[in-house]
Amino acid sequence: MTKTPLLKVNNLKKYFPIKKGLFGSTTGYVKAVDDISFYVHEGETLGIVGESGCGKSTTGRVLMRLIEPTDGIIEFDGKDLTSLSQEEMRKTRRHIQMVFQDPYASLNPRHAIGKILEEPLIVHGVTEAKERKKKVREFLEIVGLSEYHAKRYPHQFSGGQRQRIGIARALMTNPKLIIADEPVSALDVSIQAQVLNLMQDLQKEFNLTYIFIAHDLGVVRHISDRVAVMYLGKIVEVADSEQLYEKPLHPYTQGLLSAVPVPDPDFQKKQIIIEGDIPNPADPPTGCTFHKRCPFRMDSCMKVTPQLVEQSTGHSVACHLYVSEVDNDIKQLEGSL
Amino acid sequence: MSELTPKMDGIVEAEITRTMGPWREAWRSFRKSKVAVVGMVIVLFFILLALFGPLFAKEGINEQMAADRLQPPSAEYWLGTDDFGRDILSRIIHGARISLSVGFLSVIASVIIGSFLGIVAGYYGRWTDTIISRIFDIMLAFPSILLAIAIVSVLGPGLENALIAIAIINVPNFGRLIRSKVLSIKEDEYIMAAKGIGMKDARILFSHILPNSMAPVIVQGTLAIATAILEAAALGFLGLGAQAPQPEWGKMLADSKSYLQSAPWTMIFPGISIMLTVLGFNLMGDGLRDALDPKMKN
Repeated sequence: MTKTPLLKVNNLKKYFPIKKGLFGSTTGYVKAVDDISFYVHEGETLGIVGESGCGKSTTGRVLMRLIEPTDGIIEFDGKDLTSLSQEEMRKTRRHIQMVFQDPYASLNPRHAIGKILEEPLIVHGVTEAKERKKKVREFLEIVGLSEYHAKRYPHQFSGGQRQRIGIARALMTNPKLIIADEPVSALDVSIQAQVLNLMQDLQKEFNLTYIFIAHDLGVVRHISDRVAVMYLGKIVEVADSEQLYEKPLHPYTQGLLSAVPVPDPDFQKKQIIIEGDIPNPADPPTGCTFHKRCPFRMDSCMKVTPQLVEQSTGHSVACHLYVSEVDNDIKQLEGSL
Repeated sequence: MSELTPKMDGIVEAEITRTMGPWREAWRSFRKSKVAVVGMVIVLFFILLALFGPLFAKEGINEQMAADRLQPPSAEYWLGTDDFGRDILSRIIHGARISLSVGFLSVIASVIIGSFLGIVAGYYGRWTDTIISRIFDIMLAFPSILLAIAIVSVLGPGLENALIAIAIINVPNFGRLIRSKVLSIKEDEYIMAAKGIGMKDARILFSHILPNSMAPVIVQGTLAIATAILEAAALGFLGLGAQAPQPEWGKMLADSKSYLQSAPWTMIFPGISIMLTVLGFNLMGDGLRDALDPKMKN
């Protein structure tokens, strides 16, 4: 596995300034995305999970530069996206498309479906109207809708159908990478499965790469090859999907997994309850940001920020529990300097 | 059978709504309001009067019959004659053309200018927004008719200048309306989606944001036509709008005010015309508001 990744993110940061007072002076920052690094290979699905407000949606938007990153490098297909001009970035967006969370809000209510699907082609220079119409028909069929749906308006569809339209729109420009920002969380469970299966079929057919953002671990397990767990703007654990679910290392991941309901009334499991709420992101705890809610808290957790360290092949975790005592002492010394 | 019936209804309903765009649905709910339809009928009546009435008006508008001064309504002069012996009905019919043109043209002008300024202020924000919004605030600080009088005094009296003045004083109303609408729409996910697709700003602004902010503008525009007609009449009455022989309704009121006691028809009929037109536009505007207000939907 020495191939270069399709997307490689290094030390990505997005800080939102907090402005207060009459003259809007900056009094602090919300670190929505705080120094995260990851990579995605072609044809792979990376799941990003976390509670609301942990910065996973912001990450998705920063990757497309819909929100400008504060710092960091986003290397896509060998190009650093952060160094592109606005116009170059606009053109690059045909290769990276996004599927949005709310299928009721992500389609323009005044445009018919045909127009919504045609627009990406117009924008990216498909000048032949016949060709565009043909492609619209083709993709409507691919996502399981019919040709006559092109004349209808978004409010005449169900949530699942709209999300299919959203997916079709994302596919129109033949993108390489699709960032799916909670694409099924607004849908009924029965519809969720349909949409997820559709996304998997499309991935095989078009060799797509997905970044799949969700708060539902069950959904992510179903679709992801690898999963990154985010907490308060940081990635706390990354692993292959199977490994993460079999052997979660970070106490936060363990807590999240034990909260997933199991459809078996006799099933007894060791519950790890995470107490308290997600801290105020404008004023995060010192050291490990999770230490206030962690059942295995140690002294060093309050002082030293743990780094993401690889424990076994492809399984990294940012937690002091898995760092040897010696390393800890050194880190503590560095921290106190 | 009883199980089948609701299903059938659903299908019929789906057939009806199948190809209806948002505008056609609005028209459907507009038709349900009787008052709004009455308003629309009145407005249509005056529009037709303005378009085709002059073809049928039997007397020339400025044809003076010295012998028939201040005649009360009769078979020959349906609405009587004024102090120069001119047929009031003919003048009112021609006046409809003037009043409606002033109403429509001035509002169209203010909608275009106001939309442009509002959309720029709302979408780009920061200093553009600050400058444009403060200019609007300054303009709105004056009573509108006073501002109109001031503008006409600078430009000189006349119908065209009155039209320009009315257009200018309405710009901030539309500008602020569009700005606030744009501010809320630009946060919607489909605008984020449009950006994500790789659209240019101009396309996002004019193909996505503008059409979605038009509903309140149409309502406000209809109501503003009523106000514009009133303002044009007021300026005419003050001698700043339409000039002497032009059969403008406000001017007719002003010319006939000394005959209120002796020949009330000279004043009553132009007055009723103004009142009816304004009422028609207001009723229609209210109906449109109910039909287009997104909060009333679903």
